[in-house]
Amino acid sequence: MPGPGSHEGATWWRRVARACDDAEVSQSVAPPRPARRAFRPADRRVVGGVAAGVAEHLDVPVLWVRVGFVVTTWLNGAGVVAYLLLWRFLPLRRPELSPGLESATRRGLRPVGSPGPVEVLQTAAVVALGAGVLLLVHGGGPFGLSPVLPLLVVVVGVAVVWRQIDDASWQSWFTRTTGAGFVLRVAAGLALVGFGVLYLVTQERGLSGVGDLGVALLVAVLGFLLLLGPWIVSLVTDLGSERRERIRSQERADVAAHLHDSVLQTLALLQKNASDPAAVATLARRQERELRSWLYGEEELPGDSWAAALRDVRADVEETHRIAVELVVVGDVPLDADLVAVVRAAREAVVNAAKHAGVDRVDVYAEVGQGAVEVFVRDRGTGFDPDAIADDRMGVRGSIVGRVESRGGTARVRSGPDGTEVAITMPLSADPAASPEEPR
Amino acid sequence: MSPLHVLVVDDHAMFRTGVRAELQKDPGVVVVGEAEDVDTAVPAVLAARPDVVLLDVHMPGGGGAEVIRRVLPQAPEVRFLALSVSDAAEDVIGVIRAGARGYVTKTISGAELVDALHRVASGDAVFSPRLAGFVLDAFAGTIEVAQVDEDLDRLTEREREVMRLIARGYAYKEVAKELFISVKTVETHVSSVLRKLQLSSRHELTKWASDRRLI
Repeated sequence: MPGPGSHEGATWWRRVARACDDAEVSQSVAPPRPARRAFRPADRRVVGGVAAGVAEHLDVPVLWVRVGFVVTTWLNGAGVVAYLLLWRFLPLRRPELSPGLESATRRGLRPVGSPGPVEVLQTAAVVALGAGVLLLVHGGGPFGLSPVLPLLVVVVGVAVVWRQIDDASWQSWFTRTTGAGFVLRVAAGLALVGFGVLYLVTQERGLSGVGDLGVALLVAVLGFLLLLGPWIVSLVTDLGSERRERIRSQERADVAAHLHDSVLQTLALLQKNASDPAAVATLARRQERELRSWLYGEEELPGDSWAAALRDVRADVEETHRIAVELVVVGDVPLDADLVAVVRAAREAVVNAAKHAGVDRVDVYAEVGQGAVEVFVRDRGTGFDPDAIADDRMGVRGSIVGRVESRGGTARVRSGPDGTEVAITMPLSADPAASPEEPR
Repeated sequence: MSPLHVLVVDDHAMFRTGVRAELQKDPGVVVVGEAEDVDTAVPAVLAARPDVVLLDVHMPGGGGAEVIRRVLPQAPEVRFLALSVSDAAEDVIGVIRAGARGYVTKTISGAELVDALHRVASGDAVFSPRLAGFVLDAFAGTIEVAQVDEDLDRLTEREREVMRLIARGYAYKEVAKELFISVKTVETHVSSVLRKLQLSSRHELTKWASDRRLI
């Protein structure tokens, strides 16, 4: 496919956006829809997280998926096989948090996501029901030991082992050729194969033989797990703690570097400027903003997105004009030339407020709505009469209204004793999320 | 009018001291206690029975949401106002959904804070521009991604309008003037937004949060 699809990844538009200028580029290209990947959410798994992941991917209630797995299990165990395969091949996704949240989570300062007791009970009930039906259908009777029972035990055993070694150590589990991991893998594999063979053999002898052997194997498998369980656990914890230690020391270095670059420098500046309250406030505010965005996200590069561009404007104006800009952004889109014009007009409005309104705070609200973006810049300062402005004063007429209207948007200035509000509206050229292939 | 009893819960002693000093300037407010984490906050609130608990979002023991969850069943009359330096949308929405009646950032001025406390005490909701933005984001995001969501109440056009004005920095009085309605009606709209936020389905908001890579 020519055009958008030939660019690599989902970030190509950032480069386009950076090159954008409201005077030069007029074309806007819809970015390709990012490929949706299924994954297993680590924070919402009851057993392996497969059902939760599939449900999220297909956008259906997770209960349906769980019931689906159980029902298909009745058909020669297809559900269990599918579950195990998905478990093995869907990547586990741990929630990726900004440093502030990460550390807050680690220290227990915020609630962590995990399936509630109701969900666990519900899943257990669904599984128990499914197992019961399976036994009734395939087994000799409700109380006799059936051939599916040992299989169920194997599945549970596999699930227990897999949950233990889930993902962090899968890699070393399969690549290691010496040591505990290798021995364990061979032993587990042999045990499973041996079980399969025995199962086939006893089937020749009829159901009673299966029952006896089933019990024997059940005991053997349980014993096996009892023997190897602690070993597996210690192996996993060793690997895990080693990894954690390494990551922790890296993070410590990162934090130290960051604090040195930002906070320490600001503290030095604050001491130097201690006699100038306005400068101190500006410095403190800039540092606060910086630290906040580092701790709690919002860390796009300026120029990447509409929201990031506005945040950039805020930082810039706050610094130059020593005024607090309260910015609230709802939604986000990639920047295009029209939106660059809006951002510049908004900047002009904020600067006007900073210069002429005589206030120490400006509120900016930006929203990406259905088919249009809107920006409101509001101050509570001394208003002015928009009509009374001399023609040669470019500020409002040229830089705000003219700039926006030349690109098909509207800008409205309302001013009175309560202050001034500039409202800018710009239709979105194309809705990239909804119709990526649609020509402009 | 009897003074408003406030209990301050925050894990930073310096911040507690600052808030206490700020609040004591106002004769209408009495700080009846302090607590520094979830385990000390719950008994402190239950013993002091303040009108409003000023609650930090991030705290040892599970955060502000955990305090609300443990206190509300035993003392449903206690009201909570979240006050935090944290800007993480998920946590802010989380504490609101647990039962807080408002959220303000720590940069709020003393007078505004006192006003917000009185408002919460009288049963109203307090939305800062930032919280209004989070709320709009949450509801807009879910409407776009979910095909079926009967259990997620949507905002009415009027409620959305009110939220947008608050996000634009309008005070309740100014919102009322702008929309030609009474302040009381604005408060009603705001309370009903709060109720919808607290009742709407967990699934949708989880999805909203995960779409924004918040969880």
